Amino acid sequence: MRNFAAVYTKEMRSYFVSPVAYVIAGVFLFLSGYLFRNILMQFNLWCLQFGQRAQMGMGGMPALNLNEMVITQFFAVMDFIWLLVIPMLTMRLFAEEKKSGTIELLMTSPLRTIEVMLGKFFACFSLYGIIVSLTLIYFLILEVYGSPDWGPIFSGYLGYLFLGATFISVGILASALTENQIVAVLLTFGMLLLFWLIDWSASFAGPTAAKILQYLSFIAHLEDFQRGVIDTKDVVFYLSFTFFCLFLTTRVIESRRWRR
Amino acid sequence: MIEVRELSKYYGDVVAVENVSFNVDKGVVLGFLGPNGAGKTTTMRILTCYLPPSQGEAKVAGFDIIEESMEVRKRIGYLPEQPPLYHDMTVNAYLRFVAKIKGVPSAALNSRIDDTMEKTGIAHQRHTVIGHLSKGYRQRVGLAQALVHEPEVLILDEPTVGLDPKQIIEIREVIKGLGGDHTVILSTHILSEVSMTCGHVAIINNGRIAGQGTPESLMAQLKEGEVLRAHIDGPSEQVLGMIGQLEGVLEVEVSGEEGAYVVTSAPGADVRDDLTRRVVESGFSLRELRPLDMTLEDIFLSLTSEEVAA
Repeated sequence: MRNFAAVYTKEMRSYFVSPVAYVIAGVFLFLSGYLFRNILMQFNLWCLQFGQRAQMGMGGMPALNLNEMVITQFFAVMDFIWLLVIPMLTMRLFAEEKKSGTIELLMTSPLRTIEVMLGKFFACFSLYGIIVSLTLIYFLILEVYGSPDWGPIFSGYLGYLFLGATFISVGILASALTENQIVAVLLTFGMLLLFWLIDWSASFAGPTAAKILQYLSFIAHLEDFQRGVIDTKDVVFYLSFTFFCLFLTTRVIESRRWRR
Repeated sequence: MIEVRELSKYYGDVVAVENVSFNVDKGVVLGFLGPNGAGKTTTMRILTCYLPPSQGEAKVAGFDIIEESMEVRKRIGYLPEQPPLYHDMTVNAYLRFVAKIKGVPSAALNSRIDDTMEKTGIAHQRHTVIGHLSKGYRQRVGLAQALVHEPEVLILDEPTVGLDPKQIIEIREVIKGLGGDHTVILSTHILSEVSMTCGHVAIINNGRIAGQGTPESLMAQLKEGEVLRAHIDGPSEQVLGMIGQLEGVLEVEVSGEEGAYVVTSAPGADVRDDLTRRVVESGFSLRELRPLDMTLEDIFLSLTSEEVAA
């Protein structure tokens, strides 16, 4: 526990001492804020147009749902931005230690690999959690002017915690495989995008394969959360994916000790 | 304190270290001497549990490096060739991190860090970010990192590389001061460093141990006889003939400059008295006469070149 805390503190310090945390949070919040504004403006325009049409006697007012037309849309946008940003958060975790030789310090200290790995994982996850929770401000703004349904918002954010853990575990695995940070970014990005789009090929696969491919899709499991459904099958999917990647990471790090 | 038995390490088909055996007693400073690429770093990485050996076994402080690696790791301080520093941390924060992961108890953290900084002369840089330090100071922080948990065994891979002469002397003083309390293995390809800091030497070449012992015992092993250097004023042919006839003299050579000779005599024989008497009797003058000790350079060259010849 003490070792875990030491590694965790070190990683957090490193994020916040360097510009990394601020730049990533800044860019992410700017982009998501900009897109949120546009989605909101679009919704405004629709409200105005439909209102006018109703006044001119061209049919009744259609149901304009804030959750469906703003929140779900915004979630879809945020999913995609995280796909681009998370590889940048994870790339240095092990690759930099390997490049600078500090991995020799960690591996010759009385530390278990799992302590190092979990310290890094949770540091990255905390940073991610901080940035994600900052976007809740957008929904507070919605609350001021409208009446969003908070249930799906909270379950959507819960989904982000699981999605983030999964993305970060993939990123850590990639970072453990190389000492080159650019390679780590590309590997992470490639794997994330593959699992993002993997259910596409389900349409052309046999019935059993299609089910497996659909099950493996990151995005399909997220949609339940964003609709307000917390399903154990989705939770199990994300957690098992995370555990598997983290397990592989410890094996990769320790593999040096097997190469006789 | 350290026992290494028939250790070998292969990288694929490449032999890095082959059948290396040696022992280091408690409190001894062992100099690990060899040309670049001889296998010094590989041996040290095996001892610190960073790499597994391909064959053979090693024990550090009585614990097996494979079976009881955690126990070994608690007891060693290791300075790799490239000091393992986090460039975005301050010296103080870095040493605190290292002390924690090495298992220094929380209550002792501050005093241990202060002592170590004092010992390595970096106390005044404690709040400096490591990335802003000069090479010499980084090396010291690296050394401090290896010392902070007061390990029984210290393994230092080329600790003085890249330092200026003054820093080198200072670091050597620190290392010398460590012997006695700590068992130290120190690798270097600089010969004078070994004679200045180490009580024992192991010479490694092409992945094999070419010789080991105290510098004196190695010299005694390799000496083919007593060697004298004499400076005699007189016609060289006469002088050569005269000295060559002395009892016990094996070989006389002119050594480059005018009037200087190198006299090799049988082991144990002291020809100095005879030589002096004979020179004076002949009416020549003896300007200089002194024994030539074998230097570590000579030992090193003769051991490593034998290896090549074989």
